[in-house]
Amino acid sequence: MSSARHSLPRSIAAHGILITYTLIALFPVFVIVINSFKSRQAIFREPLALPTRETFDLIGFQTVLAQGDFFQYFQNSMIVTVASLFFVLLFGAMAAFALSEYRFRGNSLMGLYLALGIMIPIRLGTVAILQLMVATGLVNTLTALVLVYTAQGLPLAIFILSEFMRNVSDDLKNAGRIDGLSEYRIFFRLVLPLVRPAMATVAVFTMIPIWNDLWFPLILAPSEPTKTITLGSQVFIGQFVTNWNAVLAALSLAIVPVMVLYLIFSRQLIRGITAGAVK
Amino acid sequence: MAQRKGFRWHIVVFLAPAVLVYTAIMIIPLIGTLNLSLFGRGEGGRVFVGLANFSTLFGDPRWSAAFWNALANNAWFFLVHMLVQNPVGVMLAALLSSSRLRMAAFYRTAIFIPTILSFVIVGFVWKLILSPIWGIAPNMLDAVGLKSLFAPWLGREGTALTTLALVSVWQFVGIPMMLIYAALLSIPDEVIEAAEMDGVTGWSQFWKIKLPLILPSIGIISVLTFVGNFNAFDLIYVSQGALAGPNFATDLLGTFLYRTFFGFQLQLGDPHMGATIATAMFGIILVGVCIYLFAIQTRLRRYQF
Repeated sequence: MSSARHSLPRSIAAHGILITYTLIALFPVFVIVINSFKSRQAIFREPLALPTRETFDLIGFQTVLAQGDFFQYFQNSMIVTVASLFFVLLFGAMAAFALSEYRFRGNSLMGLYLALGIMIPIRLGTVAILQLMVATGLVNTLTALVLVYTAQGLPLAIFILSEFMRNVSDDLKNAGRIDGLSEYRIFFRLVLPLVRPAMATVAVFTMIPIWNDLWFPLILAPSEPTKTITLGSQVFIGQFVTNWNAVLAALSLAIVPVMVLYLIFSRQLIRGITAGAVK
Repeated sequence: MAQRKGFRWHIVVFLAPAVLVYTAIMIIPLIGTLNLSLFGRGEGGRVFVGLANFSTLFGDPRWSAAFWNALANNAWFFLVHMLVQNPVGVMLAALLSSSRLRMAAFYRTAIFIPTILSFVIVGFVWKLILSPIWGIAPNMLDAVGLKSLFAPWLGREGTALTTLALVSVWQFVGIPMMLIYAALLSIPDEVIEAAEMDGVTGWSQFWKIKLPLILPSIGIISVLTFVGNFNAFDLIYVSQGALAGPNFATDLLGTFLYRTFFGFQLQLGDPHMGATIATAMFGIILVGVCIYLFAIQTRLRRYQF
């Protein structure tokens, strides 16, 4: 069908633009990673050269691993991200199911109320959130971060998931009801497995801002045992700003985990977006 | 479902956890912050001061100069995103969605990578690359004979904000690209085929057929960009610090809020003025979102296929 308009020059031009932009997108990451494996002189002499046998040096990574408590930070980030993600997905799916499945008074008002958080950033409430956390003794705990990120992630999760749940066939659910399944079983056994692709999309969209957030760790949990990897690398880089090997190695170490997660989930993410999750 | 009589407890059970967490951590603190802006520090602790904090913010020359500076910077930051990020995103999406493009998945994945990186990485990466000490940027310009164009962009008052806005564009261009790409893919083949029958192809097909169909998506992206930009903080903080140097040239409302709330150097933190600034930001975002909802979205025609 689309065989007609595919002249060679046009497709070369398209590839040209896309390759150029891909280089722009990847160039900074490339520069950081190759230089983190080089010795100090080599970093300055030939910043764009790949590490060779003479210039290869792991001194930066050794400094990072000796100085910063990166495993602890990494573990904190993992705990916070995974726990928040779990609650966002569970609570979000439950609320989305209630909104999309049942007709009750105040349904659309409740939907609107929950959607408010998509437009209004949670950061504007920071002053009062900090007071709340101080009052409940949750400052400098990972629980505070999990609570905040759960609240932050819920609006978008509910919005996307309820769109998807409207498309789950009523016949299936009614068949379940006739077989005597309770509403809870219908939700957990029938509906949840069917919206798994949407859950994956929501997971990626929720996970990235949580993992990368600097604002709330800085304000709610800046103590040494609760630092996340984002805050930890920020502080580390600030202290070692003249030790270029260490800075570059720390940046590389911070890039790797997100990259791995992204490459694992990227197919799912793209499928979820193009399937109409976010339009 | 109408046959069910009595109170349907399961609806409450399904809704309760989300509504409770959302209300307790998001809505109540938001209202609390708005409320806090009406109070000030008195002898016996907190006293009600009405709108006095706002008259300080807008009336006191020191406060109002800082506020308007941050707001103007923020507006410019947003404008750069609208003029660069969204057109580039649309262009990339249009190229990617052209049928039979090889390696489309590779380009998509690669161009989205900056979006997943944290601000800490992005801020420092660009600081290093643009640094005159390391010399990557000057050497690359030298290679194409444009070395005279190089300047320490991040360190100059005139260029620092635009440079950071472009770094932010570099980071986030993947989002409009993905959303527009999805919108373009959802245009049915029949519409495109009908256009081709009528001889509308290539560029004119994009301008006359596809662009009008994706306008609602562009509207959503614009409002998301607006909300994101007017509460931006991280990139400025990691690359220029809370003081948003040089000489506050890169100060945005987010960094202004942070400095006011937590204090910096000799100035003590002030939760009441912080709440006042947060309330002003809330107002600005609300106005922007309302303009979108009532003035723009209702005029955009949505096409049902």
